[in-house]
Amino acid sequence: MSKKQKITIDGNEAAASVAYRVSEVIAIYPITPSSTMGEFSDEWASKGKPNIWGMAPHVIEMQSEGGAAGSVHGALQTGSLTTTFTASQGLLLMIPNMYKIAGELTSTVFHIAARAIAAQGLSIYGDHQDVMSARQTGWAMIGSGGVQEVHDLATIAHAATLKARIPFLHFFDGFRTSHEVTKIEPLSDDDLREMIDMETVMAHRSRALSPEHPVLRGTAQNPDVYFQGRETVNPYYAAVPGIVQAEMDKFARLTGRQYKLFEYAGAPDAERVVVIMGSGGETAEETAKALNAAGEKVGVVRVHLYRPFSIEHFADALPASVKALAVLDRTKEPGSSGEPLYMDVVNAIVESGRTGIRIIGGRYGLSSKEFTPAMAKAVFDELKKSQPKNHFTVGIKDDVSFTSLDFDPSYSIELSETVRCVFIGLGADGTVGANKNSIKIIGEETENYAQGFFYYDSKKSGTLTQSHLRFGSKEIKAPYLISNNTANFVACHQFSFLERFDILKFAQPGGVFLLNSLFTKEEVWDNLPVEVQQAIIDKKLKFYNINAYEVAELTGMGSRVNTIMQTCFFAISGVLPREQAIAEIKHSIEKTYGKRGEAVVKQNFEAVDQTLAHLYEVAVPEKATSKLSMRARVPAEAPAFVQKTLAPMIALEGEEVPVSAMPVDGTFPTGTTQWEKRNIALEIPVWEPSLCIQCGKCVFVCPHAVIRHKVYGKDELASAPATFKSMDSKFKEFPGMAYTVQVAPEDCTGCTLCVEACPVKDKTQVGRKAINMAAQPPLRESEAANWDFFYNLPEVDRAAMNPGTIKNSQLLQPLFEFSGACAGCGETPYVKLVSQLFGDRMIVANATGCSSIYGGNLPTTPWAFNKEGRGPAWSNSLFEDNAEFGLGMRLTIDKQTEYAKFLLKQMSADFGTLAEEILSANQADETGIKQQRERVAVLKEKLADRSDAKSRDLLSLVDVLVKKSVWIIGGDGWAYDIGYGGLDHVMASGRNVNILVLDTEVYSNTGGQSSKSTPRAAVAKFAMSGKGMPKKDLGLIAMSYGYVYVAKVAMGANDQQTLKAILEAEAYDGPSLIIAYSHCISHGIDMAKGLDQQKLAVQAGHWPLFRYNPDLIAQNQNPLTLDSKDPSIPLDQYVYNETRYRMLLQSDEARAEMLLKEAQHDIKSRWDYYKQMAAMHYGTGND
Amino acid sequence: MTDLTTTYLGLKLKNPVVASASPLTKKLDSAKKLDDAGVGAIVMYSLFEEQIIHESLELDHYLTRGTYSNAEALSYLPDTGMYAMGPGKYLDHLSAVKQTVSVPVIGSLNGVSKGGWTKYARSMQDAGADAIELNLYYIAADPFLTGQELEDTYVELVSDIKSVISVPLAVKLSPFVTALPNFAKRLSEAGADGLVLFNRFYQPDFDLDNLEVVHSVTLSNSDELRLPLRWVSILYGKIRADLALTSGVHTATDVIKSMMAGAKVTMLASELLHNGYGRVPDILANVQAWMTEHEYESIQQMQGSMSQQAVREPAAFERANYMKMLSSWKSLP
Repeated sequence: MSKKQKITIDGNEAAASVAYRVSEVIAIYPITPSSTMGEFSDEWASKGKPNIWGMAPHVIEMQSEGGAAGSVHGALQTGSLTTTFTASQGLLLMIPNMYKIAGELTSTVFHIAARAIAAQGLSIYGDHQDVMSARQTGWAMIGSGGVQEVHDLATIAHAATLKARIPFLHFFDGFRTSHEVTKIEPLSDDDLREMIDMETVMAHRSRALSPEHPVLRGTAQNPDVYFQGRETVNPYYAAVPGIVQAEMDKFARLTGRQYKLFEYAGAPDAERVVVIMGSGGETAEETAKALNAAGEKVGVVRVHLYRPFSIEHFADALPASVKALAVLDRTKEPGSSGEPLYMDVVNAIVESGRTGIRIIGGRYGLSSKEFTPAMAKAVFDELKKSQPKNHFTVGIKDDVSFTSLDFDPSYSIELSETVRCVFIGLGADGTVGANKNSIKIIGEETENYAQGFFYYDSKKSGTLTQSHLRFGSKEIKAPYLISNNTANFVACHQFSFLERFDILKFAQPGGVFLLNSLFTKEEVWDNLPVEVQQAIIDKKLKFYNINAYEVAELTGMGSRVNTIMQTCFFAISGVLPREQAIAEIKHSIEKTYGKRGEAVVKQNFEAVDQTLAHLYEVAVPEKATSKLSMRARVPAEAPAFVQKTLAPMIALEGEEVPVSAMPVDGTFPTGTTQWEKRNIALEIPVWEPSLCIQCGKCVFVCPHAVIRHKVYGKDELASAPATFKSMDSKFKEFPGMAYTVQVAPEDCTGCTLCVEACPVKDKTQVGRKAINMAAQPPLRESEAANWDFFYNLPEVDRAAMNPGTIKNSQLLQPLFEFSGACAGCGETPYVKLVSQLFGDRMIVANATGCSSIYGGNLPTTPWAFNKEGRGPAWSNSLFEDNAEFGLGMRLTIDKQTEYAKFLLKQMSADFGTLAEEILSANQADETGIKQQRERVAVLKEKLADRSDAKSRDLLSLVDVLVKKSVWIIGGDGWAYDIGYGGLDHVMASGRNVNILVLDTEVYSNTGGQSSKSTPRAAVAKFAMSGKGMPKKDLGLIAMSYGYVYVAKVAMGANDQQTLKAILEAEAYDGPSLIIAYSHCISHGIDMAKGLDQQKLAVQAGHWPLFRYNPDLIAQNQNPLTLDSKDPSIPLDQYVYNETRYRMLLQSDEARAEMLLKEAQHDIKSRWDYYKQMAAMHYGTGND
Repeated sequence: MTDLTTTYLGLKLKNPVVASASPLTKKLDSAKKLDDAGVGAIVMYSLFEEQIIHESLELDHYLTRGTYSNAEALSYLPDTGMYAMGPGKYLDHLSAVKQTVSVPVIGSLNGVSKGGWTKYARSMQDAGADAIELNLYYIAADPFLTGQELEDTYVELVSDIKSVISVPLAVKLSPFVTALPNFAKRLSEAGADGLVLFNRFYQPDFDLDNLEVVHSVTLSNSDELRLPLRWVSILYGKIRADLALTSGVHTATDVIKSMMAGAKVTMLASELLHNGYGRVPDILANVQAWMTEHEYESIQQMQGSMSQQAVREPAAFERANYMKMLSSWKSLP
């Protein structure tokens, strides 16, 4: 038996810990929520941690999950013990190889953090749609319901696959299990050695391809024998259930933990039974236990081995007394006669000859929808009915098809011995990290069981985080969030959230409320919203307050209040004696931060020591008297759809949205971020007209479109708010008009890029600019009124000016505004610029990644529309297919244009010169487009009056006759890696599409994994020792076609070149590729200095600016123009401002120096090459 | 044959040309080249406690920033957990240099906390340093901080450090001290075995195109020799501690002048950074040639020979220069 030492880890680590130790090759590709399994493996391999045979496995990141599966297949065929980790779309991409691997009877285990599939919308959250999509591949499927099970069944799967020769898919619920931190009993290397039979390993090797004993595998087979060949494997599948059970029994002998293929729990004479897989099984089982204690006769069958589905084992597990079965599927198969597990159970009952059992099936928990005891009880209750609902849903309100079961949300089976704590934090404040530490302390330093689960909203700045912690003397079997009115302890680490969200709903009567606020003991009560006061009074909460910011400031912790709030939690909760708690926190600080240096440890220690002196209990008055109220979810003037559907999501109450409130096909209105006033900036920019030169640079660089400028008639000022600022316009195109730079105070993130970009300096005080930061709260109300006034001022006539200058371009209305991207994001200024230049006629194909998340993650979208109702139409297909997706859009536009012209020509006699003018319109500039719009509007009016088929036909697509602009947008992970094949093909097609690559040189959205764009010498996940190979030169590859417009831009280095390139790219009647340097949080830089880094990247030659315009070839000119000068600074002056490079200096100085030298050489050789290309002679010999 | 040997901090040196703290000691091979070129001793580049703290906090900041804020990106940079933070790298390097070169190696330290100064000084000694040089690199910009307070702090610091180390201790000073001889005397009495005159601060400049304050490194020139030359001359014989002259030492003449003023050693870096290691043998050869030509037997013979105590007109080092200049101006036609 293994030792009873416990560790506190999450599900992904539990799986990776086993997979890593029993593998020789691991090929992976990052995808949420499985990414950390690969990252753990990479980290362990880079540190040389051995597998059970004494060697570190080879871990390799591939360009896609398809690529990972291919490599896994190859490694398996040559005899390595090989594994991979994936989820969702990634698993779908592996399916072709999975058929092959199974068909060839090859032993392997893939570990899946099961996740939803993108359908009407993408979801990163957990359900079984992905694994169910792979159930037909011939793989055994084994499901785990909790972190300990993940650890154990991973081992059993690896052992069984070697015995059975059938590959195994080991899955567990994404996030709920993959990210739940729980105390488990770990398996030692000896345990694993015991479980993995070396004879089977050697047998696996003996089947490998080798020239020493050559064979042929992977033939093409004909109708005569393919079928027979397919049937050869049946005995192997038949043997799997027995093999798995035998391994489970062996495992039980080793560890004391017994698993079964189908585990029954409940009354031995149960009449009503639920069948379920995954984490929901634990909830159902605990609910059954509670119901049986109350005198009911219910039970639960938890399915572990789902494929091959052993009817015999299933029937054996089911009590003979069962009269009604409810089968719960965490997936949806539209159009089927039932979800897969339900169908399997129906079939099993029939084939096993059991009669007299009513079977119903239902769906639950899609996309991590909570599955609580209340919902499980609703299912058991439904089985009591004489006519129970079949094909039901539980957990939602379905007021369209009426599938949903009602449930009582107040039903709870929480144990009184368990302490439940909910912490609401700000993403940047370290709350989640501190809570992970707390869970480890409680789990590993006390006898208590402990569980932590963490939830994040979908913003990348100003994020709200929720930490749900349970601990207590009894084992915690509660894989669901802490529900309303059940938390003993609620902490709010960000005061401003109190006015936006109902945080005290979690608190149970008599519980504790801990608040971090800037207020003193005397001030804090009166500054609470009245609703919060009332809740504290009604629930009789003990109320504690601390000004953690003050402690953080005192101790140099900046905005991180994690250690401080953690100390408060331990001090108040009493989970450990105070002295011991502080000692444990300090021990944990040393463990977590010790490697980063003594100063970090010391600083955190000081924060701990200073905390208690600042923590105090607040006397709670008897009455709520505050003059402040919680804010409305959205402003009253928001449209009905926003009020009904988006507002609950904004208020974190999306659970209350019924099916009828959701669009049927995933189509949402744009322009909705304007309703989500987040007020996340502590400071906002303030305009100083006396210094302003009206250059527009501040507007140009703003990542969030929160600072804008306008020229307008001076008469408009008559109704301006008192504090609205204005000056005379200096635009030559708009003489005699007024000019204003205005900030949206409630949407600004406070990133300061605008201040950095401002070129003006006050002559009497050079630190003062035409834009300066000032505290937001005192300005909030007045500037919000100013913004409203400004927003409603008329927009400039697009045709009245040349958009080719920075200041003019920024008069165009941004149709991408107030995104939830990181404060100071380097990508969004480019996206916003494109929306300004072409937004009213643009269609966007957006690859999955950061830009699809800040662009299209509910509840709101920054893509907006203008006063005429025009704006970018946006869609995201997948990660890998974005170029092809955009090409399809182009093909439609081209074909419909051709057809519309075809129809119009046929009817031209009816419309006189109008038809000819439309057909021959020059739409090369805004004036031409405006005129064409006017013509098409006239034509539409005329067509509307006609009832003939052709007129109606033409009317349905006549808008296409106004020039459209197709934009294919994505990051480097897409363009350089997973989508490169498609990108290449689309460029080669010669079609008129505009491709914007937001190049952060890393997979930003999934947390900084290396891509082929990652430069040599930079550290990234999967390149922990610094990337050894140079960055792929996508621009050079694209130029090699000769007919692709290519530009490399960096707005921080040369904004005018950026603007010029984007205008030229769009104007070019063919494929265009713009590669845009996008500084990123994953570079480890001060984001306020992102533009400076762009400049340094160009000066160092790392990011040469150029434009390659094939149109110039026809003019006998060289198409390549180099827009930057010879490298003028050494590379280290650029790279060592960034942690991604500098950390290598700190971990391996010699390698850092070697790679820097090589990277410097890369720069020289590439620049020399470009210069030669740019100097090449084009044209005939005579010119 | 002339004798170039000297003693400094109780260390017997083969000549008085010492490599001062500079990037030249950051690499083992360049430290070796200094040795091969013939320097009498090597002062390591400085260990800056403030930099150690800053690097540590900075790494922590960027590794932590943005973590656990987003369900997809729980972190943005891999935490390798293997960082050479703290003084370890410096001390290992010092140790390696000591084992590689044949001449004495002096560790150079700039601290910010009392604990840091003493701890790192002790660590340098343990790593093999033959002596420690305190690099008092501090700009007193706070109008509430008095000269007395600052000097008291330094004196106490010297005393504290001396109490934890057994190797000799030198203090590298700023010239911006109101009453340098008194301060020098106090340092000497507190246990300083040597004073290095002077520290050279990087001076900020203005970029008028961009209206920004800029920092750039400028190398010294021989004109800068005069300031330390004066003060070495004045201090020679008045304090127990040895004197080392640095700033503006570029030629054999500069070395000879330094010796005559009373320095036990001269320290140079700019000349080597600008013109290469080969300047060391050149300078030494020229010193020797000058001594031969002028019939000096040893360096020790000339040390202090033109100090304030030794010259006919000691006032020349105090106000006489000024008076002379004024009178020469008056005598203009």
